Amino acid sequence: MGEAILHKVFPINKKDFVHAGEASIHAKNLLKALNMDPGLIRRSAICGYEGEMNVVMHGGEGVLAIRIEKDRIVLELSDNGPGIPDIELALQEGYSTASDEFREMGFGAGMGLPNMKKNADEFELSSRVGEGTQVRMAFFLKSKGG
Amino acid sequence: MKLYEIQQAVDACVLSGEEQLDRDIRTAGASDLMSDILAGVAEGCVFLTGLATVQTIRTAVVSGVSAVVFVRNKIPPQEVIDMAKAEGIPLLSSPCSMFVSCGRLHALGLTGLNGAR
Repeated sequence: MGEAILHKVFPINKKDFVHAGEASIHAKNLLKALNMDPGLIRRSAICGYEGEMNVVMHGGEGVLAIRIEKDRIVLELSDNGPGIPDIELALQEGYSTASDEFREMGFGAGMGLPNMKKNADEFELSSRVGEGTQVRMAFFLKSKGG
Repeated sequence: MKLYEIQQAVDACVLSGEEQLDRDIRTAGASDLMSDILAGVAEGCVFLTGLATVQTIRTAVVSGVSAVVFVRNKIPPQEVIDMAKAEGIPLLSSPCSMFVSCGRLHALGLTGLNGAR
């Protein structure tokens, strides 16, 4: 782990669909204030938001942490939810276990995790059933489509 | 194409962002599925949707959408309009269906998010 120039942690609350996404918008505004590259801001904001919606839907209580290092932005989502029994399946486009409530908000089509993986330069997901899930994504300051 | 031309084409009223109707827009995305917009290259597009919730605005903010058009006369709750104002995203509401809105805008030359006609 590199030295953090900035590190901020935003809480994410279970089933709070009204405020879901606020943490990602705060994080986006933070990057904007730092005059980061717009493409990089967009990619990281999309990943943060998709991840945040996942935590709200599935994850129980969680956090979104943003860390800015010399050469990268790192987003970390972690929750104390039920965990993911089959990670390979969860990463498949179109696979979803979302509730109707979540689908009514325009989510739950099984596109979140694949989209996060596509937009991040590094993507790591670890999960233990009954304990929770962690996602770590890195965005290089000089990178693909950055 | 200017946003006011889009407004005229779909007979829309303006819910927020009256002062931003001269924005230039070349692409459009239409979906009630937020993930479709989040997974596309939505930067600078007009986003047509029948979903009028706070998540529509947050999706627009993180994706860099230039304007949102609610179809079928959908008017979101006031807090959604306030959020769009605070984020600087123009909101329009059209009486047209999704199909007709898209047809009119396509006929005027807008492309899909990936540039396809």
